[in-house]
Amino acid sequence: MTIHLSLLLWLPTIAGLIGALLGRRQAGGVALVGAALALAYAIVAVTRFKSGGGLQFVTDEPWISALGTRWKLGADGLNLFLVLLTTVSFTASTAWAARKGGYDRPRVFFFWMGLAHSAVLGALLAQDLLLFTVFFDLMLVPFLFLTGMFGGEDRVRAVVRLFIYTLVGSLLMLAAAIAFAVLAAGDQPISFVFSDLAARGPIANGSQNWIFLCFAAAFLIKMPAFPFQGWMPDGYLNMPLPVLAVFSGVLSKVAAYGFLKICLPFFPHASAHFQTLVLLIALASILYGSAMAFTTTNTRLVLGYSSVAQLGFIVLGIFSLRPEGAQGALLQAVNHGLVVVPAFFIVGLLAARAGSDDLRDMGAGALRAPVLAALFLVVALATLAMPGSSNFAGEFLILLGVFRAKIVIAIVAFAGVAMASVYMLRMFIRAVHNPAGAGMESLELSAGDGLILVPLVLTIVALALYPQVALVRSERAVGAAVAAVGTGPVQSATAARLAESGGAP
Amino acid sequence: MIGALSGPHIDWAALSPIVALLGGATIVLLAGLLRARVTREVVVPMLALLAFGVAFGLGVWQWDVDKTIIAGALKIDDLSIAMTWIFCVAGIGTVLLSWRSFAPREAAHGEYYALLLTATAGMLVLVGSQNTVTLFLGYELLSIPLYVLCATEMRRAASLESGLKYLIVGSVGSATLLYGLALLYGATGSTDFEGIARALGSGDLLHDPLLLTGIALSLVGIAFKASVAPFHQWTPDVYEGAPTPVTAFMAVATKAAAIAIALRFFNTALIDARADWAPAMAALAAVTIIVGNVGALGQTSIKRLLAWSSVAQAGYMLGGVVVSSQLGTRATVFYLTVYLAMNLAAFAVVVARERETGLGDDIAALDGIGGSRPWLAWPMTLAMLGLAGIPATAGFIGKVYLIEALADGGYTWLGVMIVVGSMISLAYYLRIIAAMWMRPAREPQPALAGAALDFRPDEPVGPRRPGGEVLATAAIFGAAVLFLGIYPRPLFALAEHVGRALGLH
Repeated sequence: MTIHLSLLLWLPTIAGLIGALLGRRQAGGVALVGAALALAYAIVAVTRFKSGGGLQFVTDEPWISALGTRWKLGADGLNLFLVLLTTVSFTASTAWAARKGGYDRPRVFFFWMGLAHSAVLGALLAQDLLLFTVFFDLMLVPFLFLTGMFGGEDRVRAVVRLFIYTLVGSLLMLAAAIAFAVLAAGDQPISFVFSDLAARGPIANGSQNWIFLCFAAAFLIKMPAFPFQGWMPDGYLNMPLPVLAVFSGVLSKVAAYGFLKICLPFFPHASAHFQTLVLLIALASILYGSAMAFTTTNTRLVLGYSSVAQLGFIVLGIFSLRPEGAQGALLQAVNHGLVVVPAFFIVGLLAARAGSDDLRDMGAGALRAPVLAALFLVVALATLAMPGSSNFAGEFLILLGVFRAKIVIAIVAFAGVAMASVYMLRMFIRAVHNPAGAGMESLELSAGDGLILVPLVLTIVALALYPQVALVRSERAVGAAVAAVGTGPVQSATAARLAESGGAP
Repeated sequence: MIGALSGPHIDWAALSPIVALLGGATIVLLAGLLRARVTREVVVPMLALLAFGVAFGLGVWQWDVDKTIIAGALKIDDLSIAMTWIFCVAGIGTVLLSWRSFAPREAAHGEYYALLLTATAGMLVLVGSQNTVTLFLGYELLSIPLYVLCATEMRRAASLESGLKYLIVGSVGSATLLYGLALLYGATGSTDFEGIARALGSGDLLHDPLLLTGIALSLVGIAFKASVAPFHQWTPDVYEGAPTPVTAFMAVATKAAAIAIALRFFNTALIDARADWAPAMAALAAVTIIVGNVGALGQTSIKRLLAWSSVAQAGYMLGGVVVSSQLGTRATVFYLTVYLAMNLAAFAVVVARERETGLGDDIAALDGIGGSRPWLAWPMTLAMLGLAGIPATAGFIGKVYLIEALADGGYTWLGVMIVVGSMISLAYYLRIIAAMWMRPAREPQPALAGAALDFRPDEPVGPRRPGGEVLATAAIFGAAVLFLGIYPRPLFALAEHVGRALGLH
């Protein structure tokens, strides 16, 4: 069986469209089937993937030849597990939305959900710079409608802010991408295909610098990293829960992936040149995110700011410009996505029981709900990178890389690891253990919710036991990306290092 | 002696689209004199549609010829023909939007449609001109009918004001253009584009003050018509006051004519003086982009907003003229076509809502139509996303093409300006999208007292059905925006053909 990535990419949108045409009642179910089929297909792709085999399942069709851009998709070590993460997150979120219902225009909701799914997959699978940019911008459009139509009270303001912030970055990236392709082409016909761009070699250092900065701005805003997080609080407070889960779990990872896939290989000089600057931004994100997560009482914002901090770690790993750091970053990207999706669902369940998102109104959540509390504990421990969890392996590799690259930054970043345990445990304790809030009613997880949550949590546990599944398949691609910058030798003994880290069984 | 006065040879086949339009204008004018109401209200617009259709078809017949006709006065090449199609489609759209509007009823149907056809014929003369005399003739032939058309809602002060303002400002523009062309004749001794180009090619003239003033003044004259800043001030007032179908026609066809003649005049006749005008035009384009987008920010009237947005779009398209390359010509023609679809879809929705709500063109007229009138909301959404340059719409590809042409022509900074302009533009395009999808629908309101436009008191004024032809216009052009965004290949093929017409590299 050959894997057709175009099919994988469009399945969710097609399902969303069919659901919308069938009617209000069917929309959710059909969309869920579409997302689940995409998930199944992605699993098949992972099992068929040959470790170290380079780009696989390639689809290469002409798209707009006048612009030098092709419909080229492919899977490699960098995007394989992020694709899987995307399909897992979207399937869970679509299931959650279909189960909870209550959206006044379900056909529109599930159509946009499907398109969002496709767009994220497109950005990850694209092997053409313009195609990547197209999907990177297109990702936002569904969220504009999903938030603006179905979000909380302040949704319009939130969504306009979110959209303008992130699209400013994306459009800068568009200009930079075009300029890059034109400069790289020289006298040859222009091409946006990654392999052509790589073959044409890096462009002059001066141009590299500004083009790199445009790309970096787009990615840092999307994550968001400090000081570009201005859109985040309003956005997180007003998004519908399943939408927020995928937004936080998946979209930020596309930005991290962009650094690895585009910035490092194509702008090696600029990546080395701006290494310290980006590392400082990442460090600031870790400290700022952790401090804010520790002080805010809104559970959605605790998770939001913790994401800022976690994304800071991921950037830190990538810009250690060492293979172990970048490997850790990629692993951590998958980990964070897997952790944050169930975390938002659990927080949503607790908020429904307490009648508010605020920690002060919760408490005693574990009283009659031991299963829910246990699931929450697993998620919280994974988030704070408990030794034995896959997150621990990820953070360990990241810090190892940074330690070898810039020791001072690594030492400060260690504080972030400690702070993560403070804010996650604070949230856990206040939500499920402390005296009950006024309106809090402790109820056990319903079977339907459990059916969505338990597999997610089991995935976290599985990845904690076997992180090599992801590491082995990504090793070569990550090594190649980092080697382009040329500051560190490519090391292939990741598995051995992992054993030191304690992540392996 | 009579024999010596024989006129030049006329190639009627090549001239046929213009003849069809002018002949159509005559027939429509005469048919409008008939008494029967059905003749005036149904047959006359049908005849106008037929004339546009025939001109379009004759364009198809003449495609791929490249001739200079009538003693070097006009040139029929792929650029002229492609523009003929754009004008005819714009004309057909305008007739459909005008069909049940007040404007033709007040101005008498025959006159209204005859003026529309005459203005279109003027545009064909303008874009085909090979001689400064023909250029001016076409410019006036297109302008004078439009002055009248703007004032056709005779009982509405704003419409009269619009016509008067356009007449005065337009005359200043004409005078400036004429002065500039006269100075060019003085400097080069020729009214022929070829003669001018030959005189400039010798190279002695390039610093001649007479020539420089001539170029500057003709640039200003064309800038008036294309509403390029700082000669755009008439645009918002005239667009707002004119009957909406006429506004749509001006926004689409007049702008296309002005940009196309800029392409032809500057890139053939004045090509050797490129070093003189290109930097100035680039500066004008940059100013236009900023002024147009900033001006649109605070508007509450959709027509004013679209007027400002059309100013900004003129700035984008001028970029394709600045670079004087085949790629630039292609990108401009591509963008003009896309721009036509986006604007006609938007104006069709405005017309429909004006008829349905009695709120006029206030943004409030769009509140909540995402739920209540999806067939209007979707085209408008696609048009707005397209104008903002969001992927999967044709507007995105058009912008990419323009930026690529600019980067290729050494004007990367202007490409970045386009991107900056798009960022600003998001703020106002999003407001329209937010109004449609994220605000509650309004109760249908009775028409305001001041909106009693009808001059036949026996007919009810107030909310009425928009008419199938308006909905069809919105749907077709909205679908075109989406289709060309996903599958732009046919339009690229057309643009590529046109790009060769001017003999640039």
